[in-house]
Order: sequence, then C-alpha cells, then structure tokens
Amino acid sequence: MLGFAIRRLLSTIPVLFIALTICFFILRLAPGGPFDEERSLPENVLANLQAHYHLDKPLIEQYFRYIGSVVRGDLGPSFTTEDFTVAELIALGLPYTLILGGSAFILAILFGVASGIISGLYQNRSADYVTSATVMTGLIIPSFLMAPILQLVFGVQLEWLPVGGWGDGSIAYLTLPVIVLSLTHIARISRLMRGSLIETMSANYIRTARSKGIGEKLVVLRHAIKPALLPVLSYLGPAAGYLLTGSLVVETIFGLPGIGRYFINAALSRDYGMVLGTVIFYMVVIVILNLLVDLAYAYLDPKVRVR
Amino acid sequence: MKKFLLSAFAVAAFTLSGALNAQAVTLHVHNESDPASLDPHKVSGDWENRIVGDMFEGLLTEDVDAKPVPGQAKSWEISDDGLTYTFHLRDGIKWSDGAPVTADDFVFAFRRIMDPATASSYAYLQYPIKNAEPINSGEVKDLTQLGVEAVDETTLKITLESPTPYFLGALTHYTAYPVPKHVVEDKGADWIKIENIVTNGPYKAIEWVPGSHVKTEKNPEYYDFDNLKIDNVVFYVLEDASAALKRYRAGEFDILTEFPSDQYQWLQENHPGEARVAPFAGLYYYVMNSSKPPLDDARIRQALSMAINREVIGPQILGTGEPAAYSWVPPGMNNYVDTPYNAEWADLDYSAKVEKAKELIAEAGYGPDKPLEIQLRYNTNENHKRIAVAISAMWKVLGVNITLFNAETKVHYAELKKGQLEIARAGWLADYNDPVNLLQLLRSDIGDNYGRWKSEEFDALLAEAKTTQDLKARAELLYKAEKVAIDDSAAAPIYYYLSRNVVSPKISGFNSNTFDIHRTRWMSKSE
Repeated sequence: MLGFAIRRLLSTIPVLFIALTICFFILRLAPGGPFDEERSLPENVLANLQAHYHLDKPLIEQYFRYIGSVVRGDLGPSFTTEDFTVAELIALGLPYTLILGGSAFILAILFGVASGIISGLYQNRSADYVTSATVMTGLIIPSFLMAPILQLVFGVQLEWLPVGGWGDGSIAYLTLPVIVLSLTHIARISRLMRGSLIETMSANYIRTARSKGIGEKLVVLRHAIKPALLPVLSYLGPAAGYLLTGSLVVETIFGLPGIGRYFINAALSRDYGMVLGTVIFYMVVIVILNLLVDLAYAYLDPKVRVR
Repeated sequence: MKKFLLSAFAVAAFTLSGALNAQAVTLHVHNESDPASLDPHKVSGDWENRIVGDMFEGLLTEDVDAKPVPGQAKSWEISDDGLTYTFHLRDGIKWSDGAPVTADDFVFAFRRIMDPATASSYAYLQYPIKNAEPINSGEVKDLTQLGVEAVDETTLKITLESPTPYFLGALTHYTAYPVPKHVVEDKGADWIKIENIVTNGPYKAIEWVPGSHVKTEKNPEYYDFDNLKIDNVVFYVLEDASAALKRYRAGEFDILTEFPSDQYQWLQENHPGEARVAPFAGLYYYVMNSSKPPLDDARIRQALSMAINREVIGPQILGTGEPAAYSWVPPGMNNYVDTPYNAEWADLDYSAKVEKAKELIAEAGYGPDKPLEIQLRYNTNENHKRIAVAISAMWKVLGVNITLFNAETKVHYAELKKGQLEIARAGWLADYNDPVNLLQLLRSDIGDNYGRWKSEEFDALLAEAKTTQDLKARAELLYKAEKVAIDDSAAAPIYYYLSRNVVSPKISGFNSNTFDIHRTRWMSKSE
C-alpha cells in the first residue's frame, strides 16, 4: 500500500512541471502586467521595479530562474503583498482554509448522505420531495446570494451570529461561512446518494437478503449503505479540492483569511509568482486527494482490493 | 472531568480577558484591501495610507482636517528663494524601541526611497527635492548628492530643484516618512515584519493576518501619547462593500471607507448623518485620442463633451450626487484661483448644448448619413458600466455609434498606455493639494496623458509656472493652461469624486476633508 502511494506521488512530479511550464508562459501572454495601474508609473520607476523582480530579463531566463527556485522550495515573492513571500502567504492562509473547508466537508458529508438516504428510502414519497426540495434550494441559490441573505437574517436582524470576520475562530464565526460553503455539496452528495441507494436497493443481493427474512432496517444498514456510498466517494475528491481552493466568494463576503482568494485575485493582479504558487498548491492537493479516494475505494470495494 | 476543567478554565480566561479588554478602546475600521506592505516606501493605496499613516509621522503631519501641521519637526525656515528648507525636530522624539529619532533617520529614508534598488513606485512624489529624479532613475549613482542633509542631530536641511509651493504639504505624505535607520540596517527587508517593526508615529502594528486584518496598538514613545483616545485599531480586509455595511449595522465596524451606492438612500433614512459624502480632490473623466482621426478634430471632441448630461450622472446614475465637472482642476485646491476654469458652454441648457454639439459634428463632416463610429473603453466595474451606457445613449442622439468595450483594470491601463484607445474612462485622485498635480496629466511628455493631446502653449505655461515663485502669478499661469486645455476639449471631465464614508455616531474626530485622510490620533470613541 505504501509503495503504491509513493509511486503515485512520484509519478505526478513530471506532470507538475509540465503544468507549471504551460502556466508560466500562458500567464505572460496575457495582456497587462503587474505594474499597470490607474496611475501609470514613470519609466524609470517602472524600470526599477522590473529590475527588482528580474522581469527585465529574457523570458526564458526568468523561467529557468523560477524553476530553479521552485526546486529549492522557494516560490518567489508576491507582487501584491510584498512583505510576504508566496510560500509564506500560502502557509499563513492554509490553516484557516483547512478549518473552513474541512468543516464544510464534514457538514456536507453528514447532511448530504443523511438526506440522500432519506430520499432514497422514501423514493417519490412526500419525505423524498421535502428533503430533495430543501437540499436543492441550497444548490440553486448561488453562494454570492445565499451569503448576504444569511448575514442579513442571522447577523443583522436576529443578531444571533457575527456577520463576518474570523474573530476568535469560534463556532459562532464559522457557522455561516461553513453553511454557505457546504450547501452546494450537500445537494450534490444528497442526489448521488439517493440515486445510488435506489439502485442498490433493487440489486439481487438485497432481494436475497430480504428473502432470508432479515429486517428492513438491517438490510439497509448492513447491506445497502456501504455499496451505495461508492459514487459519493468518487465525488469527495473533487469536492474537497473545490472546498480548499474555491472559497473565494465566501472569503470575500465574510472577510476571512484563507487562500481561496489568491486563486482569482492573483491572476487579476498579474501576481505571477502567486498564480504559479496556487497552481502548485492546487495540483498537490488534487494528487493527494485522489490518492486518498483510491485508498478509501480499496477499503470499501472488494473488487478494487483484489486487483 | 478533565475536559470539564479545561473548558471551565477557558471560560474563566475568556471572562478575564474580556474584563481587561473592556478598558481598552478599540476602533474597528473597514479597510477594503490587504496592504501590499507596511513599509511606507513600498505602498501606494489609500487603504495602506490609513495604516502606515497611523504608524509613521513625517516632518509635517495632517491635522483633523488633513491640513499640514508640525509633525516630527516643531518649526522650519524657508529661504527667500524658496529653495532651501531648514527643519528643527521636536525635542526628545523617539522610535517605538526607545531610540531617538534623528535628522539622520530622515536623510536615510529619503535616500532609501530614491535608491533605484528600493524600487519604490511612489518615489516620484518627492522629485521636487534636488537630484531626486536623476538618482531615482539611476543617472546619478551617488546617493549623497540628494538634496537632504543632516546639519546636526535635530536639524535637517532640504534643498529643492525649483520653488515648490506645495512642498510642505507633500512632506505629510508617506513618501516623506522617516524609517528607523538602526533597524533597517540591521534587519534589511525584514525590518517591517511584525516582530521587528519600529515606528515613530502614534501607533504600531502588532498583528497582521493577510486577508483578515492588521491590528495596531498605541505607541508609548509617541510625543502625544497622552492624548491618544483610541488604544487599538483593527483594519479589516473586506472588499465587498455591502457585506461591510451589514457588519457596520451589526456593530462590528465603527467606520466604513466605502458603501454601495444603491444603499445611500437607505442609509440617509435609517442612519441619518452617518453616511458622510464630501468633496474629494479627484476627477472622473474620459480621455479622447487626439492623435488620430476622428478625435484629432477638436470640434468632435467638444461636441462629445458637450453632449454629456453631467447633471444626471452624480444624482441619478451613481445616486450619491457627485458634482458635474466642467473644469480640469477640482474646486477648492490650494495655490490656485478661487474658481477653476469652466468650459465656456458649461452654463447652457442641456438642449442648447445638444443643438450646438450637433452643429459641430455636422461641421466636422459627420451626421446621420455618415455616422461616427467610436469605441468606448472602460475597466470592468458596475459604476463605470452604468456611466458608459448612459453616455453612449446621450451620444446616440448626435448620430454617434458607440461600441462599448470593457477589460479588467490591468489590461485597460496597459492598453491605454500603449495608446490603444479612441475614448476611454480614466480617473485621478490628487496626491497633493496643488492644481499642478492634475494639470500635468495633460502634459505632452507624460505617460498618463493617455489621449496624447498635445499643446505647446499648454506645456510652455506649465513650464513657466514651475519656475515662478510668486504664488499669484503662478496660479494665473496655471489657470491659463487650464483654459487652453478646456477650450480645446483636451479630454472630457465628467464629475468630481466624492469621498464616501460611514461613521458611527460613537466616533468623534472624524472630519470630512478633501483628501479623505482621517488619522486615528484625532478620534475618540464613546461606548
């Protein structure tokens, strides 16, 4: 198992470099540079800045310089937040992102699976309709709308929860952003779980189990849920990746520290080092998550284990 | 049981810290973006100025109305030719680590900001200082050639290239702040990290969580420490203005530095007096590319400018009542005539303006049979879009067909710099209180003149004003220059900016002013 994991991780290194190379050059093809602002800089000042960041060197030299520093573990400076390096910014934001994304992930699994089971077992009955309608609302209303509504109701009107900010990082501050972040995933997981459970419940071995006279509760718990979870599992990898990197809206509206913002803002501000830093981070996250999903598959699905 | 004890302890600790904090007065400021740096030589935005300007203090500083008043210098003399300024530092001023602030720190700071290696993007603001520009552009390598010298520990002499009437005001700017020589030399670029930072202003940063906030604490070594009413300031990063308003309503913020335009009405009705909208020294304008047809024809530029119904833009399209602009220099700037030069046709009825504009277009050889086709560019933003749509509708009446084109800010300005435009949106907020700051945007040799408008007369008037010491004569020269530009419709001024803040009734000492600078030092907060 360990050997498999290490081989998988090593095999991604060439992919990482190809992706980095493509990103590096695509980024430079984009019009506008990091120092194009509302007020243009005098030529000499611009020259000072470009020399400072080696942007005056030939592109190919800049590329090798960058790759060289990445190999040494240095992701370079950020143009927009000069007091920190790209690696420092990612490291500073990561704990917040992990707490936020992790909580949303757990919430999404718990509510998504639970509501999916209810919907699946009471297929096309009122319990199914009510549950499905509720979770689908979370999917239909986009987070940039849901967040302000929740802020207005629970923060401003009812005054139950803080409207925004990280505060002391307590549950009160996390509640609204975590809910907003998890809603779409609750809905998706719920739909997957429902469909897969319905399919499983009509499988032959379930019929066999029933024919042996096992109670319905035991049939569901012991025989149906585990195989029905497989499609959900394959969704969890991308979902976790999204939760760790796609929290821009939630971070922006709630004013939370985290790295989600860097994925969009760095590109908009042509913060070259930061864009590449986020690319590296994203790829590493995806590789690790896919590995975890594969390992979990092996645990849940005997067919995979045999192979 | 262990768990219970732990949580009991946590509750006790929490209550205790709550009790201690109750005495500390904390100001919560909505500050939009993350600062790029806390180093005064590396910043350029007003959100950075709010923090950095609370932490450092120049020879002069801003009073509650943002007027220049003595800061680290207690007094100064200006030579008769207006070229030499001699400053006397206050007695006993100290850095936050207890080291004395000396004239040498100022010399060090001015040399550092002009050193090309520092790559300061705002260094040009101090170009009036002798040899500043040649040093900053690398023509002069010897930093000691800069016109700043320490006469003794507490006396600083600054020599200028030419008399500069706004120079004292420019010294309140963060490009003129001292930096602690002893710390910068010791720690290098890391001197600004929270664990190393040493300041000479009323506050000092104690915490920075990128994406969340910067927290400052008052500096016991500051000479006016006893009068500081606010103990801590938290500057929050929050780019979403409507979320900021909600946090304000919930009492999480004391001051908002922006609010959504469409909430202005609501704010006035529900929080009367808290939304502070005040004239701000800045201009929102459209540049027109004078270097190629059809906009090289002044008649067309004038027609387009005349047909903009400026009176509806502020009150109705933006909703905050930005005043219509017919001059290039916003009203109320120092060292200028009482009223800036308004376009001759400014006072005509709108219908008369449209008629005249139609005539001009016809004279230039265009009309319904041969419509003008022009592209209007703006940087992607809801308000810019609304204005562009409205103005293209106003131009449609003249038989001008407008294609709208929007691009993100970086691309927009990169294209403008390359001259890739017909008509484009631009804006300028004054850096210092002098009409030259805006007029120079139309100088033919400057990169910010995106429309490539060129007038030898205008350039000559500005050059003459630069060497004129008599303020009245200088103002007249600048006024003439403004007239040349406006009469030739060098660009289309649209409205003068307004500063937009929301201030809790708990806060006093927040006075609206044309530079929208509000130092915490003057504020207090009642519970």
